[in-house]
Amino acid sequence: MSKQVKQLDRVIIRFAGDSGDGMQLTGDRFTQESAAFGNDLVTLPNFPAEIRAPQGTLPGVSSFQVHFADHDILTAGDAPDVLVAMNPAALRANLPDLPRGATIIVDTHDFGGRNLTKAGYDSDPLADLESPGSPLADFAVHPVDLTGMTVGAVKQFGLSRKDAARAKNMFALGLLSWMYGRPTDSTEAFLAKRFAKVPAIRDANLAAFSAGWSFGETTETFAVRYEVKPAPMAPGTYRNITGNLALSYGLVAAGVQSGLPVFLGSYPITPASDILHELSKHKAFGVTTFQAEDEISGVGSAIGASFAGHLGVTTTSGPGVALKSEAIGLAVMTELPLVVIDVQRGGPSTGLPTKTEQADLLQAMFGRNGEAPVPVVAPRSPGDCFDAALEATRIAVTYRTPVILLSDGYLANGSEPWRIPDVEDLPRIDPGFATEPNHVVSPDDPDTRDFWPYLRDEDTLARPWAVPGTPGLEHRIGGLEKGEGHGNISYDPANHDRMVRTRQAKVDRIAASLPPLEVDDPSGAASVLVIGWGSTYGPIGAGVRRVRRAGHRVAQVHLRHLNPFPDDLGEILRGYDKVLVPEMNLGQLSLLLRARYLVDAVGYNHVRGLPLKAAELAEAIGALVAEAEGVEVDLSAPAGDPADHPED
Amino acid sequence: MTTTDLPVPAMRGTEGVPTLAEGESQTGKDFTSDQEVRWCPGCGDYAVLKAVQSFLPDLGLRRENIVFVSGIGCSSRFPYYLDTYGMHSIHGRAPTIATGIATAREDLSVWVVTGDGDALSIGGNHLVHALRRNVNMTILLFNNRIYGLTKGQYSPTSEVGKITKSTPMGSVDQPFNPVSLALGAEATFVARTIDSDRKHLTGVLAAAAAHRGTSLVEIYQNCPIFNDHAFDGLKDRDSAERAVIPLVHGERITFGGGTLGLARDAASGGVRVVEVGDVDEADLLVHDAHAEDPSTAFAISRLTDAGYLNRSPIGVFRQVERPTYDDQTRAQVSAARDAAPGEPAERLAGLIGGGDTWTVV
Ligand SMILES: Cc1ncc(C[n+]2csc(CCOP(=O)(O)OP(=O)(O)O)c2C)c(N)n1
Ligand code: SF4
Ligand SMILES: [Mg+2]
Repeated sequence: MSKQVKQLDRVIIRFAGDSGDGMQLTGDRFTQESAAFGNDLVTLPNFPAEIRAPQGTLPGVSSFQVHFADHDILTAGDAPDVLVAMNPAALRANLPDLPRGATIIVDTHDFGGRNLTKAGYDSDPLADLESPGSPLADFAVHPVDLTGMTVGAVKQFGLSRKDAARAKNMFALGLLSWMYGRPTDSTEAFLAKRFAKVPAIRDANLAAFSAGWSFGETTETFAVRYEVKPAPMAPGTYRNITGNLALSYGLVAAGVQSGLPVFLGSYPITPASDILHELSKHKAFGVTTFQAEDEISGVGSAIGASFAGHLGVTTTSGPGVALKSEAIGLAVMTELPLVVIDVQRGGPSTGLPTKTEQADLLQAMFGRNGEAPVPVVAPRSPGDCFDAALEATRIAVTYRTPVILLSDGYLANGSEPWRIPDVEDLPRIDPGFATEPNHVVSPDDPDTRDFWPYLRDEDTLARPWAVPGTPGLEHRIGGLEKGEGHGNISYDPANHDRMVRTRQAKVDRIAASLPPLEVDDPSGAASVLVIGWGSTYGPIGAGVRRVRRAGHRVAQVHLRHLNPFPDDLGEILRGYDKVLVPEMNLGQLSLLLRARYLVDAVGYNHVRGLPLKAAELAEAIGALVAEAEGVEVDLSAPAGDPADHPED
Repeated sequence: MTTTDLPVPAMRGTEGVPTLAEGESQTGKDFTSDQEVRWCPGCGDYAVLKAVQSFLPDLGLRRENIVFVSGIGCSSRFPYYLDTYGMHSIHGRAPTIATGIATAREDLSVWVVTGDGDALSIGGNHLVHALRRNVNMTILLFNNRIYGLTKGQYSPTSEVGKITKSTPMGSVDQPFNPVSLALGAEATFVARTIDSDRKHLTGVLAAAAAHRGTSLVEIYQNCPIFNDHAFDGLKDRDSAERAVIPLVHGERITFGGGTLGLARDAASGGVRVVEVGDVDEADLLVHDAHAEDPSTAFAISRLTDAGYLNRSPIGVFRQVERPTYDDQTRAQVSAARDAAPGEPAERLAGLIGGGDTWTVV
């Protein structure tokens, strides 16, 4: 049967099912197929905090959203065009997110009895689909017995009914792969490898995958196939990468580029644990991973390793940073390099472990006793986590200071195509270890020198890093205030005042090493600036595009460095009438910008555990443009050549 | 979940730490820093410092390869007075920092100086985990049974009923016995000594330093300011003979001028003090610090008074060989390295360029 083929420029699909249904894997495979096909894409996994919430219940629903397009896109999309629902709970949990007219492919198998009740349905929502009173009346629903057909397709492999039914996610993947013309070879190779040890399961999954594809081809249920052409991308070799993987690779690269063995001290916590898992695989690069008894031990061991001349790294999430605070202060005082990675999640306290948020900025800035300045950097996208890890290391090693890198749950688990950098182009980081005494004991005797651990480099104000094993440089450091230069304990009031200011000045000096900020203001005449940091880059960019598409001017700046701020930030802020600061918190960057630059920053704040929505952001930006420029902003009115303003 | 058999690294003692070359020598003076020692007059810490300064040269290790790490407390000022590498860190966390140092570097001799509050209160978790991991470090636990630096609150080793600034009606919590605790935490080397007995102290330190793995040495240390006389029962000539139970590996345990010994107690499964004449000679316990099973060492540790110290065994309770955390961790790293030849930059390119890739021209 030949089917109609329809061209689309972008599609958002959400795979949803029980946490045992393998939806993350399904989504990931579809993503890899789309990446290999050449689409631009962004993904958003969403899973429950419980490992195995009761089967078939709403809390047990796990989903994976993928947005793919024939042009460059910035977000995982506000709302799915297609929902694949593997059970009643998945349908019910995701329905509120669907726009009218969305397509729903639903596995009918569990729509009966207890499974309906568990999902909170009094009656079968699939009954009477044609009736105007149906809860699904607004959607294009395709009820398909995915489970039943899977069991039929894998009969020959002699699996138990339960094992046979488990391949239903591959049936669904096959169907969707057919529908969007995805290349299938990478999934076939993946399944062959993953289940190599259990041939029956391997063959069942392969059979289900191919049965799903054939079903699409032959059934009359689906009359249309869709085509989303490859997106033009800069030349290079690409892979799809999550933030946690990119961050791990960035740390391995930081070790290679600095020549320092990486030492990771870490205690497991969602959503940061994957970095510990990943780095534990890279011992061949001289990476040591230490699973500590708690977060304090994680950071303590990293400080010890740094003292011993390794690159000390500790990875955690917000609650762990709280535990590490005192030790980070020790690293501030002892002026040792240390990279602290906070993969932020919803807070306070245990909060929302599997959901994203960016509410640890002020904790990173100020969450220590005393005047304890710590540089803070943040990646803007999953792939950018690689560069951010290198930058955090550069600052930590060059300035002998702890650095906090703020990732978040969205970046950690979300993915995007990443252009693999050429190793030759990566920055080199010079540890510049001290090798000799640095201080002339007396002017009368210029040849006799001793070692002063707090004698600073004039440019960077960094102190020497003298590692144990170096003869003649034996010295003691610690948390008590240091006398300027010699570093012995000092309780002198003037010395303390000087040292507090010097530690601050050292962090401030980092700004001199930063490139100018990139201001995205194509017209050069915008009166509204939107400024953000971290994972809001995508939604802000998409919101800005929508406003521009409607014919308005708006500028965008995104900060990599939160402490110190780049030197040119003040002037840039003063160049706009209105400054909008979208954040997944209640206004933490706003607070810093207001305090530092006396600008009347306007906050746009949501803490829903989810990325900001581009459409809502566009409304907020539009409203501010209307106010600033005294114009009407109608976002539904495209202006000019749409090719100049690609769809987000 | 599965397990795998780990290769057993064959390092012994302080192997891996560079030693002095032929003809080189070090004295106590070389290990003395230029910082003025600031403990109260009569503090037991002085005696330990002197003993350590004069004993360190005997190790024959290069001074620049020795690192002292401490927490917070009077005793934790220790590193400032030694001309080695050192870090005076934060309260209770010294074992974590030492774990990082020891794991990162095979060529360093790592020491931890801590107090009863530092090690057993705020840092209790780190202590037990260092012991079970058997990280190569020597922990000197200065037990004065009080918080000295914060001016005299009771500590986790203070006897029940202790009247201090924070317990005017007497403390109500049961103290830890640090030796029992360490034995329960899978420690491979556990010893106890007394600040005033220089010879014993030095002997125990030498054994601890020679042990590969975590060595815990509890040092009874008098604080004349806030807990004076805490150890008089063990120190006064009249009572000491019957109060101190010396443990020497391979020798029959006797004290009280040879009149008292230890024997197994069938009823409790522990050990009890006996008059030597009352039991068969064969039933008198011979100390075996190398026994794999720590039960007897634990039973002996229970002879320590929990209240005022009228009796306490001293010496090396336990010393057994077990692969260390740091040796095994380094062995895994070097095995992985050996299995992956090639330049790091090339291998990095291979790593980041792995997985499913596609090329846009
Ligand atoms: C986080 C933190 N909490 C509390 C203190 C205060 N403090 C310093 S030392 C100490 C107790 C020290 O007792 P101990 O370890 O027995 O050492 P000593 O002074 O007796 O040698 C306390 C409570 C601190 N420095 N840091
Ligand atoms: S308070 Fe006690 S332990 Fe501290 S220095 Fe003085 S005597 Fe020593
Ligand atoms: Mg004490």
